[in-house]
Amino acid sequence: MGSVGAKEVPVLLSPEGLRVDGRRLDELRPLRIQAGPLHQADGSAFVEWGANKVMAAVYGPREVHPRHLQQNNKAVIQCKYNMAAFSVDERKRPGLDRRSQEISKVIAEAFESVVFAEEFPRTSIDIYIEVLQANAGTRCAGLVAASVALADAGIPMVDLLPAVAVGKVAGEIALDLKKEEDNFGEADLPMALVPQSGRLVLLQMEGHMTPEELSKALDLGVVGCKSIYEKMKGALRDRYTVEPSAAAEAA
Amino acid sequence: MTNEVTAEIRTAHILDMAAEGKRLDGRGPDEYRPISIEPGFVATADGSALVRIGETAVVSGIKLEPGKPFPDTPNAGVLTTNAELVPLSSPMFEPGPPQPGAIEVSRVVDRAIRAAEAIDLTRLCVTPGEKSWVCYVDIHVLDHAGNLIDAAMLAGVSALAHATVPAKRFGIAESDYPLDLQHVPTECTFVRLGDTIVVDPTVDEEQAAQGRLTVATDELGRVVAMQKGLVGAFSPDDVRDVVRRALVHGDRMRVLARGGRA
Repeated sequence: MGSVGAKEVPVLLSPEGLRVDGRRLDELRPLRIQAGPLHQADGSAFVEWGANKVMAAVYGPREVHPRHLQQNNKAVIQCKYNMAAFSVDERKRPGLDRRSQEISKVIAEAFESVVFAEEFPRTSIDIYIEVLQANAGTRCAGLVAASVALADAGIPMVDLLPAVAVGKVAGEIALDLKKEEDNFGEADLPMALVPQSGRLVLLQMEGHMTPEELSKALDLGVVGCKSIYEKMKGALRDRYTVEPSAAAEAA
Repeated sequence: MTNEVTAEIRTAHILDMAAEGKRLDGRGPDEYRPISIEPGFVATADGSALVRIGETAVVSGIKLEPGKPFPDTPNAGVLTTNAELVPLSSPMFEPGPPQPGAIEVSRVVDRAIRAAEAIDLTRLCVTPGEKSWVCYVDIHVLDHAGNLIDAAMLAGVSALAHATVPAKRFGIAESDYPLDLQHVPTECTFVRLGDTIVVDPTVDEEQAAQGRLTVATDELGRVVAMQKGLVGAFSPDDVRDVVRRALVHGDRMRVLARGGRA
C-alpha cells in the first residue's frame, strides 16, 4: 500500500489515548451492512465499514466449474476476492494477484468450516467478493459481507462468521485498524469467529507482538466480532422482517 | 436458474408480446427503465459514479497517473477504458481472463469517449513526447440485468464529468484541477424483437433478440459510434429510426451525467 502524498508517520495515538480518527483502542469503525442488494445473485450483501466498500454475492448450490473440482460427498466452496482497479490510491492492475488468491483461499476455508456442505453433493457454492473502496481490513469486510450473502442465499451454516482485524499501533493493541494505522502500525491480526463455539476459523498475523500482547489481541478481537455479529443479524432481520399488515395481506 | 427449455418458452412469449408493442415488464418499446446516478461513489478514485438502469448496476472509477505519451501522439495524454464483467454480477459470467463480451463493452465505450473527444487529450500532456497523464476509466459491473453498454457508458462519462486531475498529489502542479469534459457521449442500445425494435433491453430480451444495435451520440447531435451485435439484421430505415430515438434518449441521459435532473 502506501499513498503518494503521505510519507510522514502520523501521530497514531494522542496523549489522551485516542487514535487518528478519534476512536478509542477498543472501538470499531462505523459499520453498515445491507443484505440482498443484488438481483442476479442467489444471495448478496454490501458492507460499508469505515472507508471500505465491499460487495459480496453468492451463487449456488449450482453446477461445478471447472468440472474436475466436483466432489461426490459434498459441495465445493469456491471464493474469489477481487479488488477494483480504482479501490486503492495507486491504481491496481485488474485481475488476480497472489495476495488476492491467498485471501480467496483462507476465506473459502473459513466458510468450509461452517457450511453444511455435505447436504449438497456434486455442487459448487461460489462466493464472489468485490472490493470497491479499500481502507485496511478488506478481507474481514469481505468475509462479513460473504457470510451475510450466504445466509441471504439460504445456505445452511453452523453460524454467521463475524470478522475483524486487531493490530498494534504506537505500542498499544487496537481494534479494527484503518489504513494509516495498518501502514505505520506494528502488527495486524485478522480473525473470523464462530460465535456459537467461540472458535476462530480465520487467523492470520503479520508484525511483532509479545505472547501477552497476542493474548490481549485475541480477547479484543473476540469482543469486536461479537458486536459485528449483532449487526450482521440485524441486516438479515431488516431484509426478512415482514410487517404484520403486509403479512396479513399476503395470507 | 433458467434452463434452456424455460428460456425458449420465455423467448417465444417475449416475441409474441413485442408483436403487440408490449414488454414483459410493462414498458413501451421506446421506454428506458428508471436511471439513477450516484457520483463520487468511490472515494479512492479521482472520479467515480454508480449508475443504475433498472436492476442493472455498474460502478466506474477514474484514475489518473503520470506516464509517457505514445510516440505517434507526443502532445496528447493516454486514455484507457477497461470493463470488468466480474462473476459477482451474473450467473452467466465465470472467473478467468476477460471474455469477448467484456472486451466488446470496453471497446464500444472506449470508442465513443474517443470519437466524441469527451476529454481534450492535449490538455493531459505535461511535457510533449516525455510526460503526460494516463487516464484510466475502469468499469465494474455489479448487477447484470441487461443493457450493460449503456450503463457502462453512462457510468464512464458521469465519472469523467466529476473527475479531478491529482496534479498536486504527483507534484506536477500547485493544485488539483477538474478534468474538463468537453463533450458528453452517451450510448443507446436497441434490440430487434420480431418487427419491433425496443430500447434498453433486459437480459431476457437480449436472449430473445434478433440483433442488437448501439448508437453513441453527443450533445451536438452527432452520431459518434455504432455497434451492431448479436445474430440478426437491421434495414437502413431501421438504423435511421434507431438513430433518431438514440438522440432523444441521449439528451436526457446527458443531463443526468452532468448531475442535473431529467
